[in-house]
Amino acid sequence: MTEERVSEIVAKYQGDAGSVIAVLQDVQEEFHYLPSPALRRISREMAVPLSRILSLATFYRAFSLKPRGRHIVTVCQGTACHVRGGPKILEEFQRKLGLKSGDTTKDNMFTLETVACLGCCAIGPVVVVDGEYHAQTTIGKVETILKQYARR
Amino acid sequence: MNAPLKIQTIHGLEDVLSAAARKREADARPVLTVSSGTCGQARGSLKVIDALGDALTKAGLREEVNVRITGCHGFCEAEPNIIVHPHDLFYQKVGPQDAESIIGETIRKNTVIENLLYKNPATGKTVRREDDIPFYNKQKRIVLGENALINPTKIEDYFAIGGYGSLVRALSAMAPDAVIAEISLSGLRGRGGAGFPTGLKWQLVRNAASTNGGAKYVICNADEGDPGAYMDRSILEGNPHRVLEGLMIGAYAMGANTGYVYVRNEYPLAVKHVTMAVEELRRRGLLGENILGTGFHFDLQIKRGAGAFVCGEETALLASIEGRIGEPRPRPPYPAQSGAWGKPTCINNVETWANVPSIIRRGAKWFAGIGTETSKGTKVFSLVGKITNTGLVEVPMGMTMREIIEDVGGGIPGGKTFKAVQMGGPSGGCIPKEKIDLPIDYESLSQAGSMMGSGGMVIMDEDTCMVDVARYFLSFIQDESCGKCTPCREGTKAMLEILTRITQGQGVESDIALLEQLAPAIKETALCGLGKTAPNPVLTTLRYFRSEYEAHIRDKKCPAHACRPLNVYTIDPVACLEKGHGCGQCLRNCASEAIAGQKNKSHVIDPAKCTKCGVCVDVCRFGAVRVH
Repeated sequence: MTEERVSEIVAKYQGDAGSVIAVLQDVQEEFHYLPSPALRRISREMAVPLSRILSLATFYRAFSLKPRGRHIVTVCQGTACHVRGGPKILEEFQRKLGLKSGDTTKDNMFTLETVACLGCCAIGPVVVVDGEYHAQTTIGKVETILKQYARR
Repeated sequence: MNAPLKIQTIHGLEDVLSAAARKREADARPVLTVSSGTCGQARGSLKVIDALGDALTKAGLREEVNVRITGCHGFCEAEPNIIVHPHDLFYQKVGPQDAESIIGETIRKNTVIENLLYKNPATGKTVRREDDIPFYNKQKRIVLGENALINPTKIEDYFAIGGYGSLVRALSAMAPDAVIAEISLSGLRGRGGAGFPTGLKWQLVRNAASTNGGAKYVICNADEGDPGAYMDRSILEGNPHRVLEGLMIGAYAMGANTGYVYVRNEYPLAVKHVTMAVEELRRRGLLGENILGTGFHFDLQIKRGAGAFVCGEETALLASIEGRIGEPRPRPPYPAQSGAWGKPTCINNVETWANVPSIIRRGAKWFAGIGTETSKGTKVFSLVGKITNTGLVEVPMGMTMREIIEDVGGGIPGGKTFKAVQMGGPSGGCIPKEKIDLPIDYESLSQAGSMMGSGGMVIMDEDTCMVDVARYFLSFIQDESCGKCTPCREGTKAMLEILTRITQGQGVESDIALLEQLAPAIKETALCGLGKTAPNPVLTTLRYFRSEYEAHIRDKKCPAHACRPLNVYTIDPVACLEKGHGCGQCLRNCASEAIAGQKNKSHVIDPAKCTKCGVCVDVCRFGAVRVH
């Protein structure tokens, strides 16, 4: 993590009231999580108490204080995916990766996450890996998807 | 060519609009319209677009054919699809391998490729044009229709179909009060949930005095968090300028100088397209100071959500825009009096704003002529779940549920029976099949214990357990409750614990009474809309599907076999051996090593080891695993 990059992001939003969340989003996009030194620097440069930054970082689901893996697997748990077997897909990912959702594999290859709804209800159950959408997933496809990304 | 110039006057914009329309009219080239919203892309539309480009280059037709990349057309089932103009042929489920034949056969020789056409499952006949597909021909697509006509990243496309003509009309020929009167007369009501009259809201914001410099705000709520609803995503992805035009007209009418679009970060393509649209407007001088020389100042900012469902609630949304955690606050004061930064603020959702340009263009009377006495215009629904034609449907208010499910949706797939439709997301309720002839308008739905909400319509069949659905929504609410008020934080937790217990076979007789006692207490005392409506899914399922609750509690059975802890899994030895020859697929996939057997022998599940995960059912290709 380069702290200069954090300062650049802060500078981009200078003068924009209420932009702390946007700064945190950009920092997370850059480092895939919110490193502690970055949060301290944001606090200093934006003159926002660290406690408020931490409350934002823990309130909003999109933020992670823990480093995440190389590939982010997001399993949709929306209503339409739910009635089409979304929970089973999540369980299969948990079994195959040997972790609970929210965690990262020991080799830092995969982080498993859930999302409330991706709004692609017609093609559920939906799984997104690194921004790529996988439609109509089945238990059988789980392993194929993981293999596809393990090589990258 | 010069870089696009700033448009300085109303006449200047009128000239640009008519030039764009003339240019479109004069373009006699064939058009291949490829739907490429998020769903289309998930189904491979980008590869299809590349393949079409290659095929055109190979055929030497790159400049002779217009490939128009659009947002979603609504028929998600058929994605990716291509409309070929002339003839308006509708090719569905197109793959990259079809590109050469589309160019070679249809473009070059005018031949129809039969196997890419939609086949009506009811008649078995192929259908050539989009309009002739039953999914489309009962719809009235005021808001969604333009998605198929424009590339959302090109403002010229929107100009060419008359876009921003309504803004011209409002700025040049209507006083702000006249705009509000028109919206009021149209009968437009909020499309985000509660159905508040839009004209009245605008009037309140216009009338509200603003202290310290007089700022007012308009906000587009695109934090579409209801699971099962995605019309706002599709509108923002496929036609962002229509929403922004609505916002600008509203800002002019209410005297607001700043606007925000608060959009979910889970919708990356919508964020991208609406951001591009705002930048383009700024480049053209349509945002900023003294727009078109009329003295109207207005600018817009995009705010991305950070994954909190409660931020769809307007006071939480305001907190988030101001850079705070998304906790709601009590109302009054309503945002119309004290909203963003304490100033009068109008918050409408995407679909509401998207209706505004049509009302200004075609008049309030035209709009009020569609729909019912109290619910005017059309509503977009996302028809999902156990339904043959999944997709976005836009129908006049007052159409019955039966027409939507059977005629537009094509009924339930796989020979299953329809059980219920869940509307309004976690705030709504389940409407049972006995009420399938209910007309869909704001009042009928709330009388039935549900609500319009943002328009998610999740269809459920006999395999869906209604207790599990109620548990699903409560668990969603528990996850998303911000924790500020006790009834929501603790009350929904208690309800979830009871429902979880019931779905795991641990329910006791008094649980139903306890749920019925907790529900009204939470409804009456929770701080915001999220908590106040959270018990609805439980209340409606108790009202219409009480016997399912009783079966779970008394008989420890889930009639739909959806609550897996209550199921017993066995393998039918005859089917396993005769059809599958003991293939062993179940054994290999059983994580708890509960299945024994070998090739050419029937397999057996050991109930003591079985964790009831249900994987064996899904992997068996011969239907030999039985669920009791």
